[in-house]
Amino acid sequence: MSGNPIDRVAEATPPAIANKVRGLSDRAIAWLFVGPSIVLLLAVNIFPLIWTINLSFTNFKANRLRDVEYIGTRNYERILTDADTWNSMQATAHFLFWTIFFQVLIGFTLAYLINKKFKGNDMWTTIIVLPMMLSPAVVGNFWTFLYQPQIGLFNYVVEFFTGIESSSFSMIGDVNLAPWSIVIVDTWMWTPFVMLICLAGLRSIPDSIYEAAECDRASKWRQFWTLTIPMALPFLMLAVLFRGIENFKMFDLVVQLTGGGPGSLTTLTSIDLKREAFEKWRTGYASAYAVILFVTVFGLASIYVKALNKVKER
Amino acid sequence: MSGFSVTEPSKRQKWIAGLLVITYAMVTLLPLLWIIATGFKSPEDAISYPPKVVFTPSVEGYVNLFTSRTRVTSSMEETLAPPETWYEEVARDAGTTIVGPSRYGQRFLNSVVIGFGSTFLAIVFGTSAAYAFSRFKVPLKDDLLFFILSTRMMPPIAVAIPMFLMFRELGLNDTKLGMILLYTAVNLSLSVWLLKGFIDEIPFEYEEAALIDGYTRFQAFYKVVLPQAATGIASTAIFCLIFAWNEYAFAVLLTSGNAQTAPPFIPTIIGVGGQDWPAVAAGATIFLIPVMIFTILLRKHLLRGITFGAVRK
Repeated sequence: MSGNPIDRVAEATPPAIANKVRGLSDRAIAWLFVGPSIVLLLAVNIFPLIWTINLSFTNFKANRLRDVEYIGTRNYERILTDADTWNSMQATAHFLFWTIFFQVLIGFTLAYLINKKFKGNDMWTTIIVLPMMLSPAVVGNFWTFLYQPQIGLFNYVVEFFTGIESSSFSMIGDVNLAPWSIVIVDTWMWTPFVMLICLAGLRSIPDSIYEAAECDRASKWRQFWTLTIPMALPFLMLAVLFRGIENFKMFDLVVQLTGGGPGSLTTLTSIDLKREAFEKWRTGYASAYAVILFVTVFGLASIYVKALNKVKER
Repeated sequence: MSGFSVTEPSKRQKWIAGLLVITYAMVTLLPLLWIIATGFKSPEDAISYPPKVVFTPSVEGYVNLFTSRTRVTSSMEETLAPPETWYEEVARDAGTTIVGPSRYGQRFLNSVVIGFGSTFLAIVFGTSAAYAFSRFKVPLKDDLLFFILSTRMMPPIAVAIPMFLMFRELGLNDTKLGMILLYTAVNLSLSVWLLKGFIDEIPFEYEEAALIDGYTRFQAFYKVVLPQAATGIASTAIFCLIFAWNEYAFAVLLTSGNAQTAPPFIPTIIGVGGQDWPAVAAGATIFLIPVMIFTILLRKHLLRGITFGAVRK
């Protein structure tokens, strides 16, 4: 290829037409096309980010406009030594670990089964996918109804299968059950996401590899562990990356479901941040908190992407 | 299919796989069916024990959703005219009378305006940016693309803090315009990444031919590339719409009376002694059904959309 395709066309045409083809220079068109997006992103993402970083070094409170002072890194020190922060980090870690664990387990199993290509598998895949497309806040709110002791469908189903009386437990109110109540709903909602990505991974494995393994008389079990899993691994890891980032940011579903309670047991970092910023109005403090969260997710994601690329290269 | 294949699952395997997947699908569908069913229950049936699977359908939930009512006392009863409309009759049977429309209609309309407005802008800006990224040498291209994506990594609450202050300065708090701009920016990352993938797949030869025929670059863009990318643009648009439609965190923090969308509103529908579950379910049903239909329409591009184009089937 000799340079830009547009120049190739221009070179092949007489000068008069070439000018017409070129019209505005490519660079001008490129900036014209990319410009609006960049401007909007600068205004809505980068400018606020810089502002947040700036605010994080002040004691600014959005409901009080006077007395803004720069207080250095005091906000950061306070956040990192505050027990509430670590409680919410712990709640987030519990939520992250178990949602990803269950979603990968169930999602991969489902994808494996669907890949058996039984009749009507496309239709059932579409049905399974429905929950993840819905509004998390609306879904979370309705699950509080399903979780009601006695009248709730979830409790009734549990009673039906285990005999534990439906009115004797409250998924949202009980300190032992509440952290699991959010894991259950998130798993219900997002397992299809992992399933879809795994399915794409399984479908990308060419049949010929299995045929070769069959010729070598590798057992099905062995084929699964030495062929299927390694070849689907990059997809599985991608699914974990997406779910990890999403659930680290988790707000809407959980705030509607448990509101962070009982006590602060399901207060994930986003919920904690929201309280600091929009209930206590400690804007400076919350800005520092936001910066810490962003750096954490960005850092973890970058390390993870490096690992992912290594797996892909193999 | 002809002949024997070692990779083709046996009949029995297919049977078992099908059975397990269908069982899972049934279980996963249950909460959704329960939402729809609850919308058609009377308030008493909705909170009965054991939960009622068979019930007499009632539209009380839907009437309650769209109206605000007041309880009819015995002294009031004589002064009231007999019900004129079917919905007034439903309310009267429940011992109430309608005093006006509820705010659900307006919240739903806000969702429509903000959803479509932001989708339209995200597609216009996204298509042109994606075209440029796909066809031109843009300086720092990879950095810009990654920067666009990284905006999705920030927790929405973290973004909402400066947005709240900025909107307050600009008078955009609780306005539809503010929400449209915000959702456009958030959706841009999705639309640029997805559309770049779709446009990359259109062979450059088509444009080349058009350019040789004397089209200008712009003409080639909208007469050749746009029609070719139509399916991709349509599915990207649906993804953007679904995001804006479902979004809660920004909506609950940056809007209140005027520009509030349906997701923050539905959980606040309250009846006597707690949430009015049939009305909540009715509101949720009306709100969720469009997305379910879109999902079915989108099923071929679903994977691509949810992974920002990272996985293409």
